[in-house]
Amino acid sequence: MQNRIDQLFAKKQHGVLNIYCTAGFPKLNDTLPVMTALQQHGADLIELGMPFSDPLADGPVIQDSSTKALQNGMSLHTLFTQLAEFRQTIHVPVILMGYFNPVLTYGVEAFCAKCAEVGIDGVIVPDLPMAEYESEYRPVFEKYNLHLIFLVTPETSEERIRKIDSLSKGFLYAVSSSSTTGKDKNMNDQQAYFGRLKSLQLSNPVLIGFGIKDKATFDTASAYANGAIIGTAFIKAIEHSQDIDKTVETFISGIIQ
Amino acid sequence: MDIAINTSNSRYQVDKNGYYGRFGGAYIPEMLYPNVHELQSKYLEVLSDPSFQQEFEALLKDYVGRPSPLYFAKRLSEKYKAKIYLKREDLNHTGAHKVNNTIGQILLAKRLGKTRIIAETGAGQHGVATATVCALMGLECVVYMGSIDIERQAPNVARMKMLGATVVPATSGSKTLKDATNEAIRDWINNPVDTHYILGTAAGPHPYPDMVARFQSVISEEIKKQLLEKTGSAHPDYVVACIGGGSNAAGAFFHYLDEEEVKLVAVEAGGKGVHSGFSAATTQLGTIGIIHASKTLLMQTSDGQIVEPHSISAGLDYPGIGPMHAHLYESGRAQFLDATDDEALAAAYELSALEGIIPAMESAHALAKLKDLPLNTDDVVVVCLSGRGDKDLDTYIRNMKK
Repeated sequence: MQNRIDQLFAKKQHGVLNIYCTAGFPKLNDTLPVMTALQQHGADLIELGMPFSDPLADGPVIQDSSTKALQNGMSLHTLFTQLAEFRQTIHVPVILMGYFNPVLTYGVEAFCAKCAEVGIDGVIVPDLPMAEYESEYRPVFEKYNLHLIFLVTPETSEERIRKIDSLSKGFLYAVSSSSTTGKDKNMNDQQAYFGRLKSLQLSNPVLIGFGIKDKATFDTASAYANGAIIGTAFIKAIEHSQDIDKTVETFISGIIQ
Repeated sequence: MDIAINTSNSRYQVDKNGYYGRFGGAYIPEMLYPNVHELQSKYLEVLSDPSFQQEFEALLKDYVGRPSPLYFAKRLSEKYKAKIYLKREDLNHTGAHKVNNTIGQILLAKRLGKTRIIAETGAGQHGVATATVCALMGLECVVYMGSIDIERQAPNVARMKMLGATVVPATSGSKTLKDATNEAIRDWINNPVDTHYILGTAAGPHPYPDMVARFQSVISEEIKKQLLEKTGSAHPDYVVACIGGGSNAAGAFFHYLDEEEVKLVAVEAGGKGVHSGFSAATTQLGTIGIIHASKTLLMQTSDGQIVEPHSISAGLDYPGIGPMHAHLYESGRAQFLDATDDEALAAAYELSALEGIIPAMESAHALAKLKDLPLNTDDVVVVCLSGRGDKDLDTYIRNMKK
C-alpha cells in the first residue's frame, strides 16, 4: 500500500494542516478521542508525541505535557496498545514524534514493526542524526514502509538541505527559527528563509513548524510551503479542556476558516 | 604542557567518528548541527595551534597555579599500608579541577568569535570555574543549575553571582545536574550563533568528551612527571578518581590509558546503596542509551525514560557517564567501584583528621575506596583529590552532629 503521507500530498499540495498532540495528554486515555476530533474537524495529518523524560528540543509547554503524560502512565507499550485498532476509524496519516532513547530501548526494528502493524505512517526523531540513520537504521525503516521525516533549520546550509531532502521521506519539517518549540520569533524575519527553501525546488513537500499558533502564522507559512505544523498552541488549548471534541473544533476553525 | 594531541592510535581514545567503541557520537537535533559541527571541525586545529597552547599554559601556570602538587599523604599511607599520593586539584584557583577545562574552552570560544557563554553546573564547581573565566575574558555568562542544587550549594551560587554570572534555576525533572544540562542545551538551540556552551564534564555530544578529556589531561601529565621525580617511576600501581560524568577521572587516567600495568579505578556514587533506589552508580544500574546527545551507559526505566539519580554529592548526581568511561568499563580497562554517601562522609572526616585536608564530597568518594583495594605496602596509589570541601561544609557539619 502506498504510504498515507504520500497519498495526502498527492492530492493536496497547499494549506496542509498538521497538528501535534502528546500521547496520553491531558489524560491517559485522551489519545484516541483527541485524534478522532482532529480528523473530524479538518486536520490533514496528526503528529503524536511519544513522551520522554528529557525532551531536549522542546520548550516548556510541550515538556510539561510530556511530563504529565508520563505521570499519567504513558509509555511506548501503552501507546501501541491504545493504537491497536485506531485504523478502523482514523484514516488521516499519523506520525509519531519522539526522542531516540525510548525507541532504542524498545528496539529499533521492534518499534518499526509495531508502527507498521498498527498503521503508523512516519516518524520524527529529532535527535537521530542523518549520518547514523543512513549508516545504521535506514534499511529497517524502509523495510516497514515507515517514513523518517527530518528537520531543517534557518542555519542549515543548502548543501545539507539537499542531502536531508534526499534521505527524508514523506515531507521535510522546516523549523521556522533556531529555537525550541513554542518560542515566539518574528515571522517576518523568517520569510527570507521560507523563500529560500521554496526556491530550492526540493523533492519532498515542506511543512513549517515551531511558532505556528494562529490563522495569521499558519497562512504565512502556507504561502511558502505546503502547509504547517501546530504544536504548542494546541497543547495549551486542550490542557484544561472539559470537552475535547468542542475544544478541537473551536481551535481548528480558528485556523482554517 | 601539551594538550595531548597525538593520541589517535590508542584503542581507548575517540575515533574519527566521535566514538569510543560503541559509545559516543553526537545525537543532536538539527538545530544544534551548526554549533556542534563547528566545534567538531575546528577543535583539534585550534588546540594544536602553538599560540593557543602558549596562552593555555600561561594561564594554567599563573592564574590557576599549576602544576598542582602531588602530595605524599604519610598518615593516610600508614593507615592503609601503601604509598598514597594525593593529586591536589583542590589547590587550583576556584578549588577544583574544573578550571582546567573552562580555561581551555573560553580560549577556544574566543577564537571562534563567540561573545556569550553558557554552562551547566551540579555542585557549582564548574559554574564557578566558568563564571571565573568569563570575568577574566569579559564575556557574558549564564549558568544553569538545578533548583535543588542551588539550595544545597549556596556558597557557590553566591560566588557565581559575585563573579558577574547569571544563575538560572532548572526547575524541570529532578531539578539537578541532568536538568541543568537539558536547559543549557535548550539555551544553545535558541542562541546558535553567538553562544558557546562550556560543558563541564567528559560527556555530551562529540567532540565534548574528547575535548574536555584533553584539557583535563594536564592532571595525568603532571602526575607522571611528579611521580618520576618522587619515586623514580612515572607509573603508579593505581590511579583512583571519582566519577559523575567523568572529567577528573578522564584527566587523571588520560596518559595512563595505554599503560595497562597501571590499574585505573573509577568510583561512582553509590548513594544510599546501589540497589536502594537512591543511587547514581551508572555502570551498575545503567544500560546503553542516549543521554545529552551521547550514546553511553545511563540509568533508565525499561521504557527508556531517564531516571532520577541520588547522591549526597551534587557533582556526582548524574544518571550517565561519559562515553569514554562507558568504553573503559565495558573493555575492562578501568575498574568501577561505588562508594555510598556514608562511606564518602567517613572518608572526608578521615582525610580531615589525618592530613588536615577537607576534601570535596565528590573527591571523598575516591578516598572511600582505599579500604577496599587489595593494597600491598609497596603499592603506589595516586588519588585524584579533585576539589576542596568548603562548598560542602553545611553537609559535613550537619552529619557530624548525627
